[in-house]
Amino acid sequence: MPERETPPAKLSCRHLWKVFGGLPTGFRAEADAREMAEAMRAEGRIPAVVDANFDVGAGEIFVIMGLSGSGKSTLVRCLSRLIEADAGEVLLDGQDILKKSSRELVEIRRHKMGMVFQDFGLLPHLSVLENVAFPLKVQGMAEEARRKRAQEMIELVGLEGRESAYPRQLSGGQQQRVGIARSLAVEPDLWFLDEPFSALDPLIRRQMQDEFLRLQRMLNKTIVFITHDFMEALKLADRIAIMKDGEIVQIAPPAEIVLRPADAYVAEFASEAPLSRLLTARDVMTPGAAAAGDLPKVPAGMTLDDVTAEFLRSGAERLAVMDAERGCVGTVASEEVARAVARRDADRESA
Amino acid sequence: MRAALASRDGRLWLGVGAFCLLCFLLAPRVVWIGEYPDALVIPFASWITTGMSAFVDSFRWLFRALAALVDVPLVGVRTALQATPWLVVMVLACALAWRARGPGLALLTACALGYMVVTGYWVQSMNTLALVVVSVPLSVAVGFGMGVAAAYSERVNRIVQPTLDFMQTIPAFAYLIPILFLFGFGPAVGLIASAIYAAPPMVRNTILGLRSVPAGVRESGVMSGCTPRQGFWQVEVPTALPQIMVGVNQTTMAALSMVIIAAIIGGFDDIGWEVLSTMRKAQFGQSLLAGLVIALLAIVLDRISFGLARNRFAGETPDERAARRQRTWATAVALALGALLLAMLFPVFDDYPRDLRVYPAGQLNEAVNWFLRHYSGAMDALKNTVLFFGMLPFRIGLNQAVSPFTWGFALEPWMTAAYGVAAAALFLWLLWRGRAGGALAVALVAVLLWWGTTGLPWPVVIAAATALGFQTGGLRTAGFVAASLIFVLVNGLWEPLMLSVYLCGIAVAISFAIGGALGVWAAHNDGVSAFLRPINDTLQTMPQFVLLIPALMLFKVGEFTALLAIISYAIVPPVRYVEHALRNLPQGTVEAARQMGCTPWQILTQVKLPLALPGIMLGLNQTIMYALSMLVIAALVGTQGLGQQVYLALSQADMGMGVVTGLSMALLAMTADRILQAASRRHQEKLAVGTAAPA
Ligand SMILES: Nc1ncnc2c1ncn2[C@@H]1O[C@H](COP(=O)(O)OP(=O)(O)OP(=O)(O)O)[C@@H](O)[C@H]1O
Ligand SMILES: [Mg+2]
Repeated sequence: MPERETPPAKLSCRHLWKVFGGLPTGFRAEADAREMAEAMRAEGRIPAVVDANFDVGAGEIFVIMGLSGSGKSTLVRCLSRLIEADAGEVLLDGQDILKKSSRELVEIRRHKMGMVFQDFGLLPHLSVLENVAFPLKVQGMAEEARRKRAQEMIELVGLEGRESAYPRQLSGGQQQRVGIARSLAVEPDLWFLDEPFSALDPLIRRQMQDEFLRLQRMLNKTIVFITHDFMEALKLADRIAIMKDGEIVQIAPPAEIVLRPADAYVAEFASEAPLSRLLTARDVMTPGAAAAGDLPKVPAGMTLDDVTAEFLRSGAERLAVMDAERGCVGTVASEEVARAVARRDADRESA
Repeated sequence: MRAALASRDGRLWLGVGAFCLLCFLLAPRVVWIGEYPDALVIPFASWITTGMSAFVDSFRWLFRALAALVDVPLVGVRTALQATPWLVVMVLACALAWRARGPGLALLTACALGYMVVTGYWVQSMNTLALVVVSVPLSVAVGFGMGVAAAYSERVNRIVQPTLDFMQTIPAFAYLIPILFLFGFGPAVGLIASAIYAAPPMVRNTILGLRSVPAGVRESGVMSGCTPRQGFWQVEVPTALPQIMVGVNQTTMAALSMVIIAAIIGGFDDIGWEVLSTMRKAQFGQSLLAGLVIALLAIVLDRISFGLARNRFAGETPDERAARRQRTWATAVALALGALLLAMLFPVFDDYPRDLRVYPAGQLNEAVNWFLRHYSGAMDALKNTVLFFGMLPFRIGLNQAVSPFTWGFALEPWMTAAYGVAAAALFLWLLWRGRAGGALAVALVAVLLWWGTTGLPWPVVIAAATALGFQTGGLRTAGFVAASLIFVLVNGLWEPLMLSVYLCGIAVAISFAIGGALGVWAAHNDGVSAFLRPINDTLQTMPQFVLLIPALMLFKVGEFTALLAIISYAIVPPVRYVEHALRNLPQGTVEAARQMGCTPWQILTQVKLPLALPGIMLGLNQTIMYALSMLVIAALVGTQGLGQQVYLALSQADMGMGVVTGLSMALLAMTADRILQAASRRHQEKLAVGTAAPA
């Protein structure tokens, strides 16, 4: 959000490259990334992550979105060092984790990182409780303590009563809850989720997304969330990074992605977005408190759907947009709302 | 027709035909075409023997030391099993069976061990069990280690896989020979042989298990903060464990099988020796009773090791699991102590007295004799019919098999002419209809039947087999086939090779015909399928040795008996593979055919069988492998051929002979395997191309 001040970066990614087939000999980090990637493809290499640069603030949900094969999983695996990047830096709290020894890395994973996998990655021979307690067990926590902690996590994700079940006895949604509980058991600061809900039915998926937001409000982790579902990205993200062929083409908050897509590729996604549910009063208002007078008031974060309802209910032509801290920040007229929602259709027709 | 002749394959076979014709014409005049001259035999065998002797002489101390080393645990286990009262052993075995599967298996175990006690075979059974108990952990450890190395290193894997393939085509007896040579007579030979023989399934299953651990599971272990060692032992191995345990099960069965076979070298009072020695003395009642011990041992070992492979107790908390384990152990220990007490109070439970034995060998022999007396006419008729009309023509060809003594009439020239004309007519008709494959098959079978495998000049066989290899698999396969056959030829083993081909060929043909038909039936009838499955399981878990006994009882020593024994073992794969292939066809195609109004017979012959062909070919392949491996065992009941040669080499401890013959059998197996696999690949490519290009 424009007004929110940028939180200090928890995780930063600088000029990160991953090329399957190996970096070519003449590789220079300063050269034009896109050109270099093209050259690599021509040689039959697969540049899966091309010069990725971004910062993720503490407590932020940073969503990486892209089509299948665009390199999302590869990127997040480089961040967690499940695979080794070929060039660049990944700074966690200012330290480059790509330079850590494998022993230090084990320590980082044991205390600072958690990860949730698309196919759950549960251990088939362990019960739910043992699965959740597994990361604690490998760091040598005492049996009693780790069981208590695992139990708390299981309750957090709403699986109490299924502690002794085995993964194959659970539904997909339940299995992913186990995966989430396990990744949270070590109380990580940094939480990676690689398409955690993609394997689930739409209904369960929506439920899990709400659950996820609830958890995040309680836990306030720094999150890198991967998805190929644009709606999911819009719903969950503080900021979205859109990937195409290994390259990050735009990083912006959801509303900005929709309103000001960086290129045709992003615009294609944005054209599907339900603007009236996505945009808020703040996004379409005319700034300035002067004209507010004693107009009916709406909160700045209210979606245009609800704003429309407010127009209908109050019968007013204009509404005052209120910010929680700064009071009235602008006004919005009904035709402004209508124009913002209709814009896309107009775009489409003109296209 | 002209097109068929003009194609690449057509020209190839025309050439081969002309060459063969030349050979046939020259054979009466040029001796070396009919028979490979002894003077040209390259004495590889004696070179190997000489070389190995030198080697063994300088390293004898090492191998003897090794033998002494493995003898220690063996003696320990054997002594422990012997010294423990049988009731205690039984109680512990039942507890293990209960834990593995439940009360049913415990009862079966009790009955099986009870049978060993009551018939007085306890000591021999425990000696055999001791060998298995010591050799399985060895195989498992070695196999697991190799499996892990191959699973993580592509370079190791590239060496391990072909080695495994090769090991599994070497006949079981052939393993014994070098080991005998190195380690001298004694139980250690059986132990080491079975440890080596039984390792491949462990290696294969370990590789398979570790390689199929999902990437997500492996990565989640890493992200949980596992060190590499923790990741391996706490994530990958447990995830792969079900597959690894399948390996343990197969290894156990292979070890038992080899332990029984190793009894042939004697010197160890075990159950295999019991069967073998009674069989040699034609005491069939006795060998049947002893054979039953082996069968029971196999079934119980199989069920227990299989049961342990599955985790039946899902749904209990770790606490409950720990508690149950404790309970099981406590109960087992308590029962064992109780049994020990009983054994101390009542010696019956310690050492089963001789006069309480139930040993109906005499009655069994009488019953068999009675049966043979009453039905010998019918049995002989059956045997002679198969021998004279089925086996003999294959072996020496119709031109010699047809005689007043066998067929009841002599071969007149007009019959020869009629045979030739009929074969040629059928050949040309098929060719004219555009069925080149069928025509080729007719030509090959007609030639084979007329001259028999032993009557064909060797250049003819080599040319035809090489051409077949070339047609199916191209130059590489052709080269392999030719090299293999020439290797056998120059070692002077051509005659035995052809005898083996003959016996195996007939056994495979019969097994495949009957087994395939049963498989088709089972695929269409759940009842038949459910009925056949346990029979197949039992035939397959049975050490091959045991299958000889019933055939031997009824038909005495001879090729017919060997044929029956081979068939009873080789019939399992066709049933299994045909049923499996037919049951796993794409439903859509079959339904579409039904929709078009095909009769069930048309659906079977024109839709299902062609579609299932790759699976069926795999079954044929396995049938051949099974037949070849049984061929060596069947040498015990009187066959000629390579199996007999291996057996001879073993009894004479002739290292070179054993190696060369074993290698020849392995090459024969691999030749069949290569040709069939190439043919199957070709067929599959055709199917794929057919679907890709609908025009
Ligand atoms: N181990 C590998 N070796 C070679 N190429 C790979 C490897 N893993 C991934 N790739 C390639 O890298 C590219 C990016 O793959 P990646 O799995 O990161 O995509 P993704 O965005 O996660 O897709 P999805 O949504 O399907 O998970 C793809 O072209 C893929 O084929
Ligand atoms: Mg992915």
